[in-house]
Amino acid sequence: MSGVEPMFPSPSSGAHVNAVHDPFHGDLLEVSMGPHHPSTHGVFRMMVTLDGETIVKLKPVFGYLHRNHEKLGENTSYLGSMPYTDRLDYLNSMTNNWAYALAVEKLAGQPVPERAEYLRVILAELTRLLNHVCLAGFLLQDTGASGTPLMYAFREREKILDLFESLSGSRMMCNYQRFGGCRVDASPEWLAGAQTITNNFGRFLDEYEELITGNEIMMARTQGVGALTPELAISAGITGPMLRATGVNYDLRKVDAYGVYSRFDFRVPLGDHGDTYDRYMIRILEMRESIKILQQALPALPAGPIMDPKAKIRGFRPKAGEAYGRIEGPKGEIGFYLISDGSPNPYRYRVRPPSLVNLTVLEDMCLGQTIADAVIILGSVDIVLGEVDR
Amino acid sequence: MIGATSFSPLLLAAGAGADSFLERLPLVIRDTVAGVFPAPLQWLVGSTLSIVAIVAIFGGIFAGLTLVERKMLGRIQNRPGPNRTGPMGLLQPIADGIKALTKEDIVPRSADHLLHYLAPVALLAFSILTFAVIPFGRNLVPLELDAAVLYFFAAGAASELAIFMAGWASRNKFSLLAAMRALAQLISYELPLLLSFVPIIMLAGTLSMTGIIDAQAGWQLGFIPRWYIFTPWGFAAFVIFLIAALAESNRSPFDLPEAESELIAGHLTEYSGFKYALFFMAEYFGMIALSGMAITLFLGGWRAPLPFLEFIPSYAWFGAKLLVLLLFFIWIRGTFPRLRIDQLTRLAWKFLVPLALVNLGTAAFWSLTSGWSGALQLVRWALTIAMVIGPFVLLGRGLSGTHRPRTYRYA
Repeated sequence: MSGVEPMFPSPSSGAHVNAVHDPFHGDLLEVSMGPHHPSTHGVFRMMVTLDGETIVKLKPVFGYLHRNHEKLGENTSYLGSMPYTDRLDYLNSMTNNWAYALAVEKLAGQPVPERAEYLRVILAELTRLLNHVCLAGFLLQDTGASGTPLMYAFREREKILDLFESLSGSRMMCNYQRFGGCRVDASPEWLAGAQTITNNFGRFLDEYEELITGNEIMMARTQGVGALTPELAISAGITGPMLRATGVNYDLRKVDAYGVYSRFDFRVPLGDHGDTYDRYMIRILEMRESIKILQQALPALPAGPIMDPKAKIRGFRPKAGEAYGRIEGPKGEIGFYLISDGSPNPYRYRVRPPSLVNLTVLEDMCLGQTIADAVIILGSVDIVLGEVDR
Repeated sequence: MIGATSFSPLLLAAGAGADSFLERLPLVIRDTVAGVFPAPLQWLVGSTLSIVAIVAIFGGIFAGLTLVERKMLGRIQNRPGPNRTGPMGLLQPIADGIKALTKEDIVPRSADHLLHYLAPVALLAFSILTFAVIPFGRNLVPLELDAAVLYFFAAGAASELAIFMAGWASRNKFSLLAAMRALAQLISYELPLLLSFVPIIMLAGTLSMTGIIDAQAGWQLGFIPRWYIFTPWGFAAFVIFLIAALAESNRSPFDLPEAESELIAGHLTEYSGFKYALFFMAEYFGMIALSGMAITLFLGGWRAPLPFLEFIPSYAWFGAKLLVLLLFFIWIRGTFPRLRIDQLTRLAWKFLVPLALVNLGTAAFWSLTSGWSGALQLVRWALTIAMVIGPFVLLGRGLSGTHRPRTYRYA
């Protein structure tokens, strides 16, 4: 190959970069970023082909953390899979639990008491806060901000993790939801703690935005970088903040209105450019909306049981059938698809991981950008390899 | 204490501050030790003493600075920083040194062994060379050169060559990319760095460091030192110099050659053990040397900031100013994200170089109008400030492009 020619069109969108590739300019440089690269958020690998510093081809390689999650689910009882779902997206065990519980409850036709629904909303929104705050920290770390935003973000994350620990006994592997309710009840002290964090979180966000959002370098690094079109986002099945950053109004909390989300007043922020800055800002704005939901849900938490008294724990065998339960996880639509054949184990157990689906357009966003951009684009996709590889 | 109206450097040198025992102490020590030796050897002993003093003192400053940097970054980031080794972590540099010395020195099999070995040595050598001409205090210039400024930047520019050497010799793709970046950065930022202080050479009329410091002697209105930073064009030049110095010493937000989130550690990827420590040392030496240069060019060198503070020895003032600049560098590191390589070069060529060139004209205007007094003096200040701010705003608008905070709609 020589001269200026379209090379390596992306399989999903056909996008390509015209690389200059002739004897004078020399060969393209192929770099393997990962699986032990500091910015690939785990054991992810990008085979990058570079023309100078411009990416002309990017091949994501993953599977280094494959743990046979779905097959394990088929060989384990329904309840036995619950702790495994913690390990999917290990930042957001509460929402993973909820999505799985929702799927099983659909399958078994199991109702959930009101207090448990409220607790689920509270915990899911706290999870959204901690996921987005981590993303904001990691993204800024990837742009080279030397740890300061990350440390600010982690300070807040720790508070929420402490809250989770006091409720469920574990900081990250909460294993909290059950089919037909929750595992343990929240004490008034716990609720007071959650209220304090909710009250103070807005101040932290102000401080964080003051620190970094308006920063000239931050804007120059992220605006116009890794833009995604709404058409490609929809056809690739992108969900979550990444989809909403392209301007598509799709939030399962509004679309499905699962749980008791229809009772709360909150808005869905939408971006116009679909670039890295939008993806970052949408998350910041979503955190502000999450605070609003928490401010409404915490005082309104009804009294009552947290577990449906008729719920069957032992010998749980849903009748034959299939169900797909999905919720709006912090990273996008997390769903569980279950087929029951009437036995104690699911016949088929399938996870729809938002990180993996969102990762499929990585090459399309990275083509024509530089290697430094690839790192922050990957950071803005918000992947957790535990969920991508399963 | 000298009077408020005396502006002559000669008078100042004869003042009480210049004669105090502490002020003369370093010279007294050197002369005493050198005096022991026979006369033909005295110059050699004197030079050796200077070299030993520089390496020892700046080695110590380097060790302290690693701790200060980690502590300060820690405080910026809501954490205590190193506090386990010795009282308040004070022995941390020693532990780091032992660790670096005892680590295995790994050289990739396909690396160019000679260049791989030479790169850290060359980098350190070049950065120590730059110390030779910096006036650390009154009469404390290791090497009095007429073209000291040129010498300084020649030696400083060579250090980027060593980074390129390291990147090339490692035979690692990340290192190679880092080497490319280092060269691009060198070529881009050498220019604004040099252009930024051309006005000073123009006005001082000398390339000698001592001459430049002498040109900044005396006081305005009796208490404002006549440092170049206190003129509009001098301040602009200082800012340009500082930005270019950050880039030249590979400090955040211009630490692209060793961008740890993109290129692992760039040219340092294949270095371990003491070679890595040497790189680290050279980077800090480069930062110290450029800060020393900034002090000499813009901040009056070793001169006291206020007339009644002149009893404090000159080298203490140099040290204090050095510390302030270094802490400023660390503060920058704790706050800013990193630029991209195209943005880095754009900043240099489309912003700093034109600004520095315009500043040349501004300084010429300042020099030509030095005779203006009374109301004309105000006109002179206003015109100069306009000549500094105008291009800054115009060029800055072009640099920012379409980047600005956005507003978001809600569904």
